[in-house]
Amino acid sequence: MQKKLSFFKPVSGCFIITLLTISFILGGAIGAMAAEEKPVKIGVVTFLSGGAAGPFGVPARNGAEVLVEALNAGGKVPAPYAAKGLGGAPIELVFIDEAGGATKQVTEFRNLVQRQNVDLVIGYISSGDAIAIPPVAEELKKLTIIFDAGTPRIFEDGSYKYVFRTGAHATMDNVAAALYVLEKKPKVKKIAGINQNYAWGQDSWNDFEGAMKALSPGVAIAVSQMPKLFAGQYGAEISSLISSGAEVVHSSFWGGDLEAFVLQAGPRGLFKKSTVVLTAGETAMFRLATQMPDGTVIGGRGPHGVFAPDNELNRWFRKAYQDRYALFPTYPAYKMVQAILGVKAAYEKAQAAIAGKTPNQDQIIAALEHLTYETPSGKVEMALGKGHQAIQGTAYGTVKHVKGQLTITNIKHYPAAKVNPPEGVKSEDWIKSGFKKTK
Amino acid sequence: MSDLLTVLIDGILYSSWLFIVAVGLTLIYGVMKILNMAHGSLYALGAYAAASLAGYWLNHGFLPLGSYGMLALSAIIVGLVMGPLIERGLFRFMYGKDEILLLIVTFALFLILEDVIKLIWGVDPYFIPEPYGLLGSLEFAGLIYPTYNLILIGVSIGTGIGLFWTLQHTRPGKLLLAVIHDREVSLAMGINVDRFYLITFTVGAMLAAVGGAFTAPTVSVVPGMGVEVIVLAFAVVVIGGLGSLQGAALGSFIVGLVRSVAVHYLPEIELFSIYLVMALVLLLRPQGLFSTVEARKI
Repeated sequence: MQKKLSFFKPVSGCFIITLLTISFILGGAIGAMAAEEKPVKIGVVTFLSGGAAGPFGVPARNGAEVLVEALNAGGKVPAPYAAKGLGGAPIELVFIDEAGGATKQVTEFRNLVQRQNVDLVIGYISSGDAIAIPPVAEELKKLTIIFDAGTPRIFEDGSYKYVFRTGAHATMDNVAAALYVLEKKPKVKKIAGINQNYAWGQDSWNDFEGAMKALSPGVAIAVSQMPKLFAGQYGAEISSLISSGAEVVHSSFWGGDLEAFVLQAGPRGLFKKSTVVLTAGETAMFRLATQMPDGTVIGGRGPHGVFAPDNELNRWFRKAYQDRYALFPTYPAYKMVQAILGVKAAYEKAQAAIAGKTPNQDQIIAALEHLTYETPSGKVEMALGKGHQAIQGTAYGTVKHVKGQLTITNIKHYPAAKVNPPEGVKSEDWIKSGFKKTK
Repeated sequence: MSDLLTVLIDGILYSSWLFIVAVGLTLIYGVMKILNMAHGSLYALGAYAAASLAGYWLNHGFLPLGSYGMLALSAIIVGLVMGPLIERGLFRFMYGKDEILLLIVTFALFLILEDVIKLIWGVDPYFIPEPYGLLGSLEFAGLIYPTYNLILIGVSIGTGIGLFWTLQHTRPGKLLLAVIHDREVSLAMGINVDRFYLITFTVGAMLAAVGGAFTAPTVSVVPGMGVEVIVLAFAVVVIGGLGSLQGAALGSFIVGLVRSVAVHYLPEIELFSIYLVMALVLLLRPQGLFSTVEARKI
């Protein structure tokens, strides 16, 4: 018995040492792998409740989910985004509801950064939120990508290190709308507008009015209606627009207001009497379908959705989105994808510059500044705001129902330089100058 | 001249819509002294129920004209379900408490119902535009108006006359007036006050739902649609006098007309016009145009 024990002691000792060694090596390897694959946590802020959720917030969230799932699987998204996640690191999304106003969003932003420890934030559909967040992002030194909000003021009135916007601002929508209208109706004499009475509606109308006057100096303003946001009832406004005799009616309405306006103005003949231009009409066209009258001019705030180019990325995204949600992706989904792909392109560019190591925030920021990258909506250039504000071409088209199906005809594309101000020039001044400073 | 006629027609159309959404609010306040913030949610519930029910009706190929019946039915269902549920389940524990507390309770209810709507219908908009275009159009003053607008005017006038007649010329109406005049004496005289409260709140809820249901074909039924309505309805009943049926009618007419004038002649002040009227009325007659200091409100 004693002998047996003395025999087993050294053997078992060797065995334990061997096991420990193996587990140490394996553990080290697993540890190293885990360090390599530490997920990049992205806070995504988009409307998940309220009137903006259906047309904007939810398609944007859906776009993020479809893309990130495919990126994390690796090899599913076409080149140049075939690499898994962000440079091999998986992406983890934390969704936050944008509803509740700017004050609430500032608190939510702090929560995301300080409690949830996100690596970056992508979000903001509302211009009010998009103006409130940048100073906080700078204070907390957190990379923040605004993916949709339209106000030009963010980078025209401010300068930020940590804040970027990967979508073009609203000036582009209205300058392109004016160009399209004048191509369609070169002899237009009287125009009118119906826009919501807050920053977005007022800025949109000012840009459109300014662009029309610059491009066609004789044009007169018949009437400018500014109903309250979410008013819902537009009977008197529609009467006023029809009575005004305007040949063109401009509207930057969105969401439920846009849909209610089309439903109420259609049967009253406004769309037959005037050419109605809906700068954000693309989000409603599939839901309204047959209710959207023939001849309506529609924009998608960039070359998104039906205006997107027929490239491999777009074919992939459109199919992936439709397979998952049985819906056609609208522009908020495209703009969200544009934001995430911008981060991926910058991350991997920064990673390549440091021999494949994990880039830090400053290196990602440096890579994103002045970056040009490909998306399902075509090329995006971070050309304005010292490399923090994107420009992009855009497109407009006209609604035509063919065999009961809504189609967009007469699509016209406008290159980025033609519809965006040059670096260092404010949109308002650029329009007033008659676009003379166009590069 | 045709301009003035257009302004008047637009004003009347908007007024009739306003009256439908405001009359339930003033009825509930008149009887129960509850300023019901959840009125907007009941309006939204009516719109959602109408979109679902009329949508189902039309999608299954039933007679399109029947969709108007579905609009009315959905309002009745919402009133009959939500009225007793809220009154018996919540408000009856609050009677006699401070009006401010009641206001906060109804605000809480408003927030809860907004989320309930999202839980049931989600955040995507609903449409049932068919009833709006089904009856064709009429031409007034050189402008086209869908005939559906006549239904709205009819519902509005019918509701007003029906309520007024019930209160003034029927036994239950007269008993209700007694309850409004003095709750305790009515109790002592053997009137079942609790039952009157239940019926009043149910009718009030139904009227809110009627507003939503008949508005649904003209709008996109979206989350938050009740918020705007509650603000407008408050403005109307404050102008007319809280708890006064005639006040709600006159308040709706004034607001509708002023807004129409503003839209046609001075669009810049449209946003402010309704509140300008409200401020003027509060300045000159703080209790509203029809309200008096006496207890009797309807």
